[in-house]
Amino acid sequence: MRFALRRLGFFLLTLWAALTLNFVLPRLMPGNPAIAMISKFKGGVSPQALHTLEIQFGVFTHKPLLSQYWTYLGNMATGKYGVSLSEYPATVGHIIKQAIPWTLGLVGLTTILAFLLGTGIGIVGAWHRGGTLDSVMPPVFVITSVIPYFWLGLVLILIFGVKLHWLPYFFSYSFTATPGFTVSFIWNVIQHAILPAATLLITTIGTWILTMRNTMITTLAEDYVRMARAKGLSSRRIMFDYAARNAILPNLTGFAMSLGFVLGGAILIEFVFNYQGVGYWLLNAVDNEDYPLMQALFLLITVAVLVAILISDIATAILDPRTRDAI
Amino acid sequence: MAFRIPSGTTESATVAPLEIAELPGLDHPSGRRQSPAIRALRRMGKAIRSNRKASWGAGLLALFCLLAAFPELIARDNPSAIIYKVSLGPSLHHLLGTTGLGQDMFAQVIWGTRPVLEIALGVGLASTAIAVLIGVAAAYLGGFWDAALNLLTDVLLVIPLFPLLVVIAGYLHSAGTAVMIAVITLTGWSYTARQLRAQALSLRKRDFLEAARVRGERPFYIIVVEIIPTMTSLLVASFLTNALYAVLFSTSLQFIGLGDPSQVSWGTMLRAAENNEAFQTGQSLWIIAPGLCIVGLGAAFALLNYAFDEVGNPALRPLRLSQKRAQRRKIAKQTT
Repeated sequence: MRFALRRLGFFLLTLWAALTLNFVLPRLMPGNPAIAMISKFKGGVSPQALHTLEIQFGVFTHKPLLSQYWTYLGNMATGKYGVSLSEYPATVGHIIKQAIPWTLGLVGLTTILAFLLGTGIGIVGAWHRGGTLDSVMPPVFVITSVIPYFWLGLVLILIFGVKLHWLPYFFSYSFTATPGFTVSFIWNVIQHAILPAATLLITTIGTWILTMRNTMITTLAEDYVRMARAKGLSSRRIMFDYAARNAILPNLTGFAMSLGFVLGGAILIEFVFNYQGVGYWLLNAVDNEDYPLMQALFLLITVAVLVAILISDIATAILDPRTRDAI
Repeated sequence: MAFRIPSGTTESATVAPLEIAELPGLDHPSGRRQSPAIRALRRMGKAIRSNRKASWGAGLLALFCLLAAFPELIARDNPSAIIYKVSLGPSLHHLLGTTGLGQDMFAQVIWGTRPVLEIALGVGLASTAIAVLIGVAAAYLGGFWDAALNLLTDVLLVIPLFPLLVVIAGYLHSAGTAVMIAVITLTGWSYTARQLRAQALSLRKRDFLEAARVRGERPFYIIVVEIIPTMTSLLVASFLTNALYAVLFSTSLQFIGLGDPSQVSWGTMLRAAENNEAFQTGQSLWIIAPGLCIVGLGAAFALLNYAFDEVGNPALRPLRLSQKRAQRRKIAKQTT
């Protein structure tokens, strides 16, 4: 219980730090970026947008910093993120609501798939230590883990989109398709998701495999595994119930954390495939100097990570009693 | 790649196993007392010669360093001059052809090495230095300072790095080499600092530090001369990891248009190629060539890091042939 409270305290502290960072950053920059942006628009900024900027960036306001800070914190807590500048008159909240399902679907499902596949391959690879799989894997995944997401996405577009014309690579569905719960539309969405999902899968699966393999190798040397062998248990049983079950903990906590990184983890993939999720909108906001939208998206991404870390810490403590005293 | 979470939250940051050989006071067989730093570096030198992954990594890195140091010897053309016919295919005059804007692509790739390598080395050195300063100081000072520095490290550790980088770079508009180094360093030192602190903590009660304290050495001397040399392998690992992240982060930022557009660099090349629809106009090399360079440089750092890791943790090494045979026999026995 004390452990859980401490983790909760840390969660609140980091949340506050992220909020404050969001508030301080634009004010720290040489010249207020929001003012520079407004002068570029030459008066084309609406009163509502100005109001948002005034509160969140301290534009044209003579209120003291501290009172700006309080208003800002209050707005963030109550979900008043203001209006978007690039998609005016849409509010920031509206854009975020539209973006989240696409990212959750694409990146979320791919993360789960990568975890399951990677852990499985890692278990089998470590079990057959010295086999083909085991000796080929590490060097291959050292290489795949340094391929930039966005570049792999571009290469897949070149091969399967431009050259072979097998798969679409722009947006999350065809502009000619009518959205709805029809088979043809869902099939259309799946087709559009294949290339971005493959990009993410190829670049992330290596970590799961390597972590699982490396812990599994250590676990296989444990006495209880030898004991299980001496008892004459089937190798399948030893592999999964004795070794893998104990070795999976780092991967499980990693998985809980990676779920937090779903929202912000594929920014570049969404950018390359013009997939209209959270990351796509973040870069769009940066490109258009739509600071209110950018701020809110960064906050959203951060909060997702913080919540996931809180959950993963508590889950680890429940699953592995040894860690409880360590903190 | 880059946007991968450093594996582990605050809890699971790993402590590299401290090898007996790294402790000072153990004498070299020849009778000379050797600094632990020199011993660790020697071991790495041996790894580069004997471990295939390490040799590849070192070779690749040396190649890119040469390209960055003497680009004018290899590519005679001015990389930013727009003086050629656009979208030429590869030929003897233009080894990789020309870009859709009319620049020599080979010259761009070669000259583009320098800024990327500068950022990688700069970030690697700077974040390792900050991590040492904060991690070791926290462990050595203990008490309030440890708690405060540790909290700072932990908070920074959990804030998602790449989105933060995007936001900062977004406010700054175009980030040249120096700004890029500063921003990536300031956001990225925390993971290493945690590792170094854990390592330093495990050293705190060792006899050789006790002895130094009894001798009346100042804390600064103890940290610099006694503690830091024992961490050489960890410092090298930290340098390599941070350099790798810097390569991936900086090229990504340049690709999404947050770098300095006037700089010739792999990331800005990719940006220009994407903007000019290189694939649709049959200019695949414009995207493939700089991308392969990024992968090559990244792989150099990653291979070295992985190989040094194997040296430190023998369980991870690939099995030798005789071991493989024994293992196979064992498996065969189990399955029958």
